[in-house]
Amino acid sequence: MSSHGQTYSIAFLTILRKEIRRFARIWIQTVFPPVITTALYFLIFGKMIGSQLAPIDGYAYIDYIVPGLIMMGVLTNSYGNVVSSFYGAKFGHYVEEMMIAPIPHSLILLGYVAGGVARGLVVGIIVTVVAAFFTDIHLHNLWVALSVMILTAIMFSLGGFINAVYANSFDDISIIPTFVLTPLTYLGGVFYSIQLLPGIWQDISMFNPILYIVNAFRYGLLGVSDIDLSIAYSIIILFIAVLYGFSLYLLKKGIGIRT
Amino acid sequence: MTTALKISELKKVYNNNFEALKGINLEVQQGDFFGLLGPNGAGKSTTIGIITALVNKTAGQVEVFGHDIEENAMAARRCIGLVPQEFNFNQFEPVEEVVLNQAGYYGVPLKEARPRCEWALKSLGLWEKRRNMARRLSGGMKRRLMIARALIHKPKLLILDEPTAGVDIELRRSMWEFLKEVNTKGTTIILTTHYLEEAEQLCRNLAIIDQGKIIENANTKTLLNKLNKETFILDVKNNLEEAPQLSCGYPTRLIDPHCLEVEVQREQGLNPVFKELNDKGIEILSMRNKANRLEELFLDLVESSGTTL
Repeated sequence: MSSHGQTYSIAFLTILRKEIRRFARIWIQTVFPPVITTALYFLIFGKMIGSQLAPIDGYAYIDYIVPGLIMMGVLTNSYGNVVSSFYGAKFGHYVEEMMIAPIPHSLILLGYVAGGVARGLVVGIIVTVVAAFFTDIHLHNLWVALSVMILTAIMFSLGGFINAVYANSFDDISIIPTFVLTPLTYLGGVFYSIQLLPGIWQDISMFNPILYIVNAFRYGLLGVSDIDLSIAYSIIILFIAVLYGFSLYLLKKGIGIRT
Repeated sequence: MTTALKISELKKVYNNNFEALKGINLEVQQGDFFGLLGPNGAGKSTTIGIITALVNKTAGQVEVFGHDIEENAMAARRCIGLVPQEFNFNQFEPVEEVVLNQAGYYGVPLKEARPRCEWALKSLGLWEKRRNMARRLSGGMKRRLMIARALIHKPKLLILDEPTAGVDIELRRSMWEFLKEVNTKGTTIILTTHYLEEAEQLCRNLAIIDQGKIIENANTKTLLNKLNKETFILDVKNNLEEAPQLSCGYPTRLIDPHCLEVEVQREQGLNPVFKELNDKGIEILSMRNKANRLEELFLDLVESSGTTL
């Protein structure tokens, strides 16, 4: 490995390690709440209400909502990790530690995104384990499930990064998750198939990126989806490319960081 | 001799149209202990911010050890260690982690970083606190932590922006000794400080910046030779009602009934003052400088450039 390559890999691993230590240190605020929330979803929507509902696409309701709930944990936690960590670094001025160091902007971004992916995956795995207490976990295609999970974590980590760059207060880092992410998640087919919606609402749902994520992941676990898998991958990858380019532009310009 | 820092026609205009730097030129030679002085808002921190990539410049050029900070940014940054004015580390990380993370950002492998971290923390009296959360440290310890962090990648140029602000005099002096040692071992140091005694003690060369312009840039001794007058405070035993008029022409001012201020021009001596006060029956108990010499010069220069302090 060239000396630059070695320097950059050490810098990247330092950011990643720092990010993992951060969410591990405050696990009671980061990893534990999704366990409680999803256990309640499984208990109330899956067991209590779900047992009264007809199967969807041949699966019991509790089995049908497992993929959506796992993805909900992945996307909210990867987003939440980067937005709170990067905004904290801005607020405490310790983002300057990285800005003055010989680290390319792309590497800073990748370090934070990797941290977000790590938390997203940890929460995704924990939610899967919790789900296993309530129902059997199906696995139709491991590679689809794994790749969608990772791509989703990347996409929402980038979203969290952009939110953090523009945030000027701690209120600003909770606005998007509360008023945008949560409604999109609930309307993104986590709890239902869009086939059950009237025509116009099916069309409107197609503008919701979370719909593609949930359905692609549902295909990975159950082998059923409302969306064609290749379209879902294309949409996710397109979002990642656009968000990555925009994040890098913000970092290079120093928006919200440099004067 | 190698130039550690070269600044040419550096300008900075902030978004609110405030012109912080009006085309400054500055050179710092390798191995120097260089002082950058100026009143609040003069442009010191903006200059440091631009050198360290924390502030975008409007125009001009900055080179660190021959590396342009834009065209060869990574090489330039590798040469710099920064101790900023405000605490800028994660207060919720252990002390050791703050330093080791910084080593990682500069690509220093952990097996090399650990002994360096031990040396830096021991040298600055923080080794016993290495496992403590940074927020638990006192203000002085936090400042020392930032120095340890800045040195972890062995920078060729160490920039200290008010490193001893709020630090008690005993600790300040021990930090001076440490910084002198670092400089002696070959690290070029640029220091901004409000304590002019500190600059006089440490810096071989000085620049004074005011209203975005360098108004003086010279060797410290040369600068001090420019000082035309010194003001002394005399504590007297007598109970004075008014300042005595001295026939030798030295201006005097009564601060309180037992304290007299005398202004002495550079070519004048103090003997006539003592003699005349003695003749008037005024007994002098002690004498001290009103301000240190550099402070007087600084005030003269800055006031003559039109800044109200």
